[in-house]
Amino acid sequence: MTSSGYVLEYHLVNYRRTWRGSVLSSLVLPLLTVLGFGLGVGAYVNGGVDGVAYLDWIVPGLIASTAVQTALGEATWPVLSYFEWNKMYFAQASAPLRVTDILGGHLAFMAFRVLTAVAAFLLIAAAFGTLHSPWALAVPPLAVLAGLAVAAPVTAYSAFVTTDSYLAILFRFAVLPMSLFSGVFFPVESLPVALQWVAYALPLWHAVDLSRAATLGLDPGSGALFQVLYLLLWCVGGWLLASWRFRARLVV
Amino acid sequence: MVLTAMLPRLLTPGSARRSASVTARNITALKPAYWLVMLGGFLEPVLYLFSIGVGVGALIGDITLPGGQVVDYAVFVAPAMLAASAMSGALSETTFNFFGKMKYWRLYEGVLATPVRPVEIAMGELTWAMMRGNVYSAAFLAIMVAMGLTTPLRALAAFPATILVGFAFGALGMAVSTTLRGWQDFDVINVGQFALFLFSGTFVPATAYPVVLRWLVEVTPLYRAVDLIRGVTTGTAGAGQAVDVVYLLALLAAGLAITGRRMERQLCR
Amino acid sequence: MTSLIHARGLVKRFDGFTAVAGIDVDVQAGEAFGFLGPNGAGKSSTMRMIGCVSPPTEGTLEILGLDPRRDGPAIRARLGVCPQTDNLDPELTVRENLTTYARFFGIPRRTARARADELLEFVQLTERADARVEPLSGGMKRRVTIARALVNEPDIVLLDEPTTGLDPQARHLVWERLFRLKKQGVTLVLTTHYMDEAEQLCDRLVVMDGGRIAAEGSPRDLIERYSTREVVELRFATEDQSAYADKLDGIAERVEVLPDRVLLYTDDGDAALAEAQGRALAPASALVRRSSLEDVFLHLTGRTLVD
Repeated sequence: MTSSGYVLEYHLVNYRRTWRGSVLSSLVLPLLTVLGFGLGVGAYVNGGVDGVAYLDWIVPGLIASTAVQTALGEATWPVLSYFEWNKMYFAQASAPLRVTDILGGHLAFMAFRVLTAVAAFLLIAAAFGTLHSPWALAVPPLAVLAGLAVAAPVTAYSAFVTTDSYLAILFRFAVLPMSLFSGVFFPVESLPVALQWVAYALPLWHAVDLSRAATLGLDPGSGALFQVLYLLLWCVGGWLLASWRFRARLVV
Repeated sequence: MVLTAMLPRLLTPGSARRSASVTARNITALKPAYWLVMLGGFLEPVLYLFSIGVGVGALIGDITLPGGQVVDYAVFVAPAMLAASAMSGALSETTFNFFGKMKYWRLYEGVLATPVRPVEIAMGELTWAMMRGNVYSAAFLAIMVAMGLTTPLRALAAFPATILVGFAFGALGMAVSTTLRGWQDFDVINVGQFALFLFSGTFVPATAYPVVLRWLVEVTPLYRAVDLIRGVTTGTAGAGQAVDVVYLLALLAAGLAITGRRMERQLCR
Repeated sequence: MTSLIHARGLVKRFDGFTAVAGIDVDVQAGEAFGFLGPNGAGKSSTMRMIGCVSPPTEGTLEILGLDPRRDGPAIRARLGVCPQTDNLDPELTVRENLTTYARFFGIPRRTARARADELLEFVQLTERADARVEPLSGGMKRRVTIARALVNEPDIVLLDEPTTGLDPQARHLVWERLFRLKKQGVTLVLTTHYMDEAEQLCDRLVVMDGGRIAAEGSPRDLIERYSTREVVELRFATEDQSAYADKLDGIAERVEVLPDRVLLYTDDGDAALAEAQGRALAPASALVRRSSLEDVFLHLTGRTLVD
């Protein structure tokens, strides 16, 4: 695994140039959302949701959503660029690295981005007094799992398309609807049944549900285990797809 | 007025034709994938309307307008989503795409070697952004009518208001683009845009904010746009909306003038 | 005869840096006129002023009898510009690049379409008309840019470094097309830092260095004035070529020592070479060639042109 460590190192060095922008998008945006939605809209939600204050209820959802967004940001344009624009993957492939090192190193970097973003968000959440259980410590690993669950298949997608119009399409037709209807802002139970099942099928809802149980200290029941396994399934499936695509592009 | 005083100096005979040729370039560049992207652009406010207006709205129930009328939360949020989408549609075309064409592809250097002048490029691009944005707005208004969030007559009246909003933000976006140094500045634009989106009286009335914050919010352009369109679609328009119109017209004129001048300075050194 | 381009004391300054330091230029109808010089000589700045996209800081400039400061759009309507780096529209096909560009000149759609087809034929890209621009080779892109510059049937075509960055085969194809244009009577104004390009294409040229004009004339004039008929190039198998300079004294009219070789300027190269060999100097390699503009530039500035 040391070789994928070198790849991770490359991404970290690269990140030193661009981290400021990502602080804005992965820290300031969530903070604004907490203020605007949690506090602003929350003030109009009488009685909260399921007896929980709206701010407390929405924060764990926003954390899960941020994890997924951060992972996606790295799994889309950068991947396309490394294949199509600056061709970094090809440069890496001409070094003694295997396809799994290149892919693994980049996914490890995505996990790193998710971890730092979520850690920062948890500190903000704590400052607002919205963490009600020590189980909140389970949120970072959970967020990494959720991040990779979307990042791996989307990396495969980005390795498949050749123009960034298709990335814009992905965000508008898949990511945005998923973010808006996965129980981050309102309970999925109020959706029509068919749409509820769509939400259950996508990874974000499980991440939201688990992270909500963790920060509020609710008993997630034995279903939690299946939710974790389901997210793992997305990771493994995505990894297989992505390594298939990477191999097709890099080993010719 | 500002607009009538400034534009004659900027525009000469043939300007309209030359601006139109810049717009025509964008129409020629339309390829199948972009149509999907455009459909996505229309979908965005609709998704927000259903998620926040209907989904979160079920948690909120009714809301009281500043004038005292009590309306359904979706009725309150829908015009704000319309204004925000007119803004983001105009901005995405005039910041990201415009900047790319100017700095990255150096497209305008080629154009400026022809009789087309900088301000005519700006107008041509703005017209294009508006053609796109107006289709979105009209479709969204139709959905609002279908969902009973406004009346057909008010929707008709709101349409020109959305056009004005789009033009004003488009001109602002181009002016901002001419000051950008590189792609990294888009992170700042995104955050600024998102902050406007959250705090411009979009999801809760600005009266809910502390006094100082409220004043701050009320001078931002999206607040003015939301106030204008909400006034029309809820049938509560008054003197405040006249202020909104003047504000947006001034923004449009200033944005165009700044863009033309700055493009001239950057590209015609 | 009135000149199409007329400049007197033309100056361009950018924030304290002087790119063009007062030049006089006249370009006549139908000629191919060149600005020759190394990078940073002020060629591109001059071209941008002539193209009416960069206002002169000082001096007079008249193009087609008009003033660029006042009549920019009217002048540009009659110019064709091929910039140093291709700025083709990556979202459009090859043909669309020409037709949309024609629209910027107000050329009717039908005419634009017909002219685009003609021009693509001219630059031998008809079979790529419906291809995207992006995957084309550098030489093909350059030919599209040249075709685009001709779409308004310009009175003057400005070409900034038309073949820089192209492989030899692509360069020759571009030269051949430009030569055809010249034959058709189109006025060409080009910049280059390639001697062979200037010699191939230009009727008349100015040598620019440090924002000024160092010499002016036809390529043949300049060679006659500032160089000899032939040149002997000697390379010695040593680090320091200058050690041999003294020993070559008197063999040629002029001796230039460069880091990697010694040049002997003479009207009879073979005789000079024979004499050098007679002095028991054994160069690792020796070559007799005709004088070129490279030698003119070396003589005028003491520097080589391409470093």
